[in-house]
Amino acid sequence: MAKDSPKKELTRNEMTKAQWTWFQMKRYKIAYFMVAPFLILFFLFTIIPVAASLLLSLTSFNMLQMPKFLFLDNYITLFLDDDLWIIALKNTLIFAAITGPASYIISFLVAWFINELSPKIRAVVVLIFYAPSISGQVYLIWQTLFSSDAYGWVNARLLSMGLIDAPILWFQNESYVMPLCIIVSLWTSLGTAFLSFIAGLQGINVSLFEAGAMDGIKNRWQELWYVTLPSMKPQLVFGAVLSITGAFGYGGIVSALAGSPSVNYVAYTISHHLAEYGSTRWEVGYASAISFVLFLLQIGSNMAVKKLLDKLGGD
Amino acid sequence: MKKLRTRKHRVVLNRSVGGDTGITIVLAIMGAFMFLPMLYTVMTSLKPIDEFWIFPPRFYVVNPTLDNFRSLFALMGDSTVPFSRYIFNTVFISVAGTFGNLVLSSIAAYALAKIPFPGQGWMFRLIRTSLMFSSTVGGIASFIIMSMLHWIDTYYAIIVPAWCSSLGLFLMKQFMDSHVTAEILESARLDGATEFKTFWSIAMPMVKPAWLTLIIYCFQGLWNSGASIFIYSEQLKTLNYAIGQITAAGYARAGASAAATVVMMAVPIIVFVISQSNIVETMGSSGMKD
Repeated sequence: MAKDSPKKELTRNEMTKAQWTWFQMKRYKIAYFMVAPFLILFFLFTIIPVAASLLLSLTSFNMLQMPKFLFLDNYITLFLDDDLWIIALKNTLIFAAITGPASYIISFLVAWFINELSPKIRAVVVLIFYAPSISGQVYLIWQTLFSSDAYGWVNARLLSMGLIDAPILWFQNESYVMPLCIIVSLWTSLGTAFLSFIAGLQGINVSLFEAGAMDGIKNRWQELWYVTLPSMKPQLVFGAVLSITGAFGYGGIVSALAGSPSVNYVAYTISHHLAEYGSTRWEVGYASAISFVLFLLQIGSNMAVKKLLDKLGGD
Repeated sequence: MKKLRTRKHRVVLNRSVGGDTGITIVLAIMGAFMFLPMLYTVMTSLKPIDEFWIFPPRFYVVNPTLDNFRSLFALMGDSTVPFSRYIFNTVFISVAGTFGNLVLSSIAAYALAKIPFPGQGWMFRLIRTSLMFSSTVGGIASFIIMSMLHWIDTYYAIIVPAWCSSLGLFLMKQFMDSHVTAEILESARLDGATEFKTFWSIAMPMVKPAWLTLIIYCFQGLWNSGASIFIYSEQLKTLNYAIGQITAAGYARAGASAAATVVMMAVPIIVFVISQSNIVETMGSSGMKD
């Protein structure tokens, strides 16, 4: 290795770019062996499926006969001739626009609030906020709390306080389904992004705060804006990515709480539409078109927010 | 050391009492919102049958009993597949999936972070981009790939995709970038250590927080995995799926279902509690070195 280095410096200018790359590839060939196992599986189970979705979305395919090429017909049907899709798209966008930012902001604020607690207390508080996100189907307890009869805890309270005369059918009522599903989704959403913020805040060098105080920072809000946020930009971007991606994926909670389909499709989302065409009807081409639109929505909103955060850190 | 840091921090920047109070109140309200439903789950799992039908329903249990857990295990005994099989499936999937993900991710992350080989940039960008969409996007195509591999209805269909989950690799690479310095690796390489040896004995011990985090995420995701489109056989299904079947029976089994939820959530919570203290500890010691 030590001998390689001077030789490399000497010959770098005499080589074409391709020769140089080849030289580097041979020199670091061990790296390819280290990356290969992960990367091969990653292509097989992540990249190829997405690429295949794009190709299949241009066809009509039922897994039995050969795919028939349709070009954009699936997308045209989707947007012009599928009322349920429009409902699903609208609900998904509403859901994502609320849960994504709300989950992100709550995760950060809580992480920031508890940052100065003593390590032992902080550990307990972190557990309280993080536990709902890792506890499997614990969100079903909300169904018990908001049960539709008088034995449901919320109905019972409201009845005994005289605020309502009859139990409310929470998860069958069109005006309550969406808000409740959003609240429960938020309840389960203080996950990875939250932990990443905690780690990021812990990792900030204390001398930065001291230097900030010398420079005239007066209170915690100024400190947050001028020192804390710029120092943890990697975690902020990472948390945003996870919050956005997560915000499109709460269909399971909705199905579990409000049924699938929910009453009058009020909480019908893209993932329900996808399940309907993908695993119930086996219209693979059409389902692929749905999943590709979901892909574009997720990538698009992630890119947009990433640009925004990049700008914030620019000053 | 940590205490000193906190105190020092407070002296340097005068935190207002009003701000502290306000934050404490907001935190208490949010904490109650997060914690009370969890507590209610535990309370419900301990309620005897007659307490389910009191009006108005009580939050707290008066005569706690383990009957619900007993009836849960009785229900488990009635299932067509022995319940131990579901438990084995979930434990096996969680452990095998997490272990494979840890090994593959950390080796790949080391190469991506610390070896300047051609192709490194686009490989990492591709992996990073995959965090921006959910796995449901490729779900149907994955099904076709799985059937081409003849992996439908086998453990492979669940375990192998978990090995290449990109979140762990991403975190590991991030940590290696900031916590493993080039000088340390260079001196190991000059001493004649191979890349694998440098990775294993120099880099890995330095990124303990990252691999503990990876273990938590991966394990918790797999532990909570329920029904899968790749699995038909009852013998291969998971605990979460089996418990969902009990829960589906509704009110009549509300107690048993709460008991099941408590059993299911206990494991990831315990895993997290153990690893969290480790993470705080390792992060504290890594902070002192600077």
